[in-house]
Amino acid sequence: MTNDSHITGIHIRAVPVLDQDEALDFYTTLLGFEVRDDIDLGFMRWLTVGVPGQDTSLLLELVGGPQHDEATAAQVRELVTKGALGGVFLVSSDVRATYAALVDAGVEITQELVEQPYGTDFGLRDPFGNHIRISQPNGASSDEVQDAYDAAAAGG
Amino acid sequence: MELSAQEDTNRRMLRARDEMDRRYAEPLDIPHLAAVAHLSPSQFGRVFKQVYGETPHRYLQRRRVERAMTLLRQTDRPVTDVAWDVGFASLGTFSRTFSNVVGCSPSEFRARHAPVAVPSCFIAAWTRPREQAPPVPAAEQATAPGTAVSEKREDPDAG
Repeated sequence: MTNDSHITGIHIRAVPVLDQDEALDFYTTLLGFEVRDDIDLGFMRWLTVGVPGQDTSLLLELVGGPQHDEATAAQVRELVTKGALGGVFLVSSDVRATYAALVDAGVEITQELVEQPYGTDFGLRDPFGNHIRISQPNGASSDEVQDAYDAAAAGG
Repeated sequence: MELSAQEDTNRRMLRARDEMDRRYAEPLDIPHLAAVAHLSPSQFGRVFKQVYGETPHRYLQRRRVERAMTLLRQTDRPVTDVAWDVGFASLGTFSRTFSNVVGCSPSEFRARHAPVAVPSCFIAAWTRPREQAPPVPAAEQATAPGTAVSEKREDPDAG
């Protein structure tokens, strides 16, 4: 099947935040992201960050813009703080070191390091309730991961 | 960060819920979870239910059952070991709660379901059993202040 869409990558993914300064500090100071854009557009602060050397950016988007009425914005804030919205999945070259550093920094860990057929990973939350998962893949293919689950199920 | 009173409550309840997600296999009690949420034990159960629509005890049951479903699907561990692994103190309570939440016994569930291969947080989120039957009898629940929210009992002889 040809790529008729001509889409070549994921450029920006919006993350709802309740305070852009606090978000910026968390994603840069604690997670090591770099600032891509921090532009005052008047109607909004366009704030994007990303992992150095990697193209995709996160838009740290303040909840409450005029696209939502006040009641809807309040609902979105409720969902963020309840942990009910989506998440961000990151990759680390040394997930144990990443985990140790974030624990030392007092970040909210939602799941300790766990060995998976596809690698090692753990979960955390950003200051607002967004879920983040950081993984160190072990290079296994999807078929190999499936085989590992099948073997475990079969007692192998 | 300026949060409304409700948002601040949500955030603190989320920390308590995350604590249950993280430590589901351990004995958990209301005073501990209330402390995580910076609420009094007498307030905690009511506020948790207001935010998430179910009691902390029921949430912990569903979390444990979801983990049991994963272990039953992905491993060949005996059902009794699975019950203990996810925080139940007895096979009888586990089997009754599992059947109540899932609608079939642990063994029947294992026979019907194959392993899946996606990150565990997705498995946890998407296989968490929904509320579909009345909770287990109140006599088996312990959500009053100062009592265990967990089925697993502390070993009085433990050092």
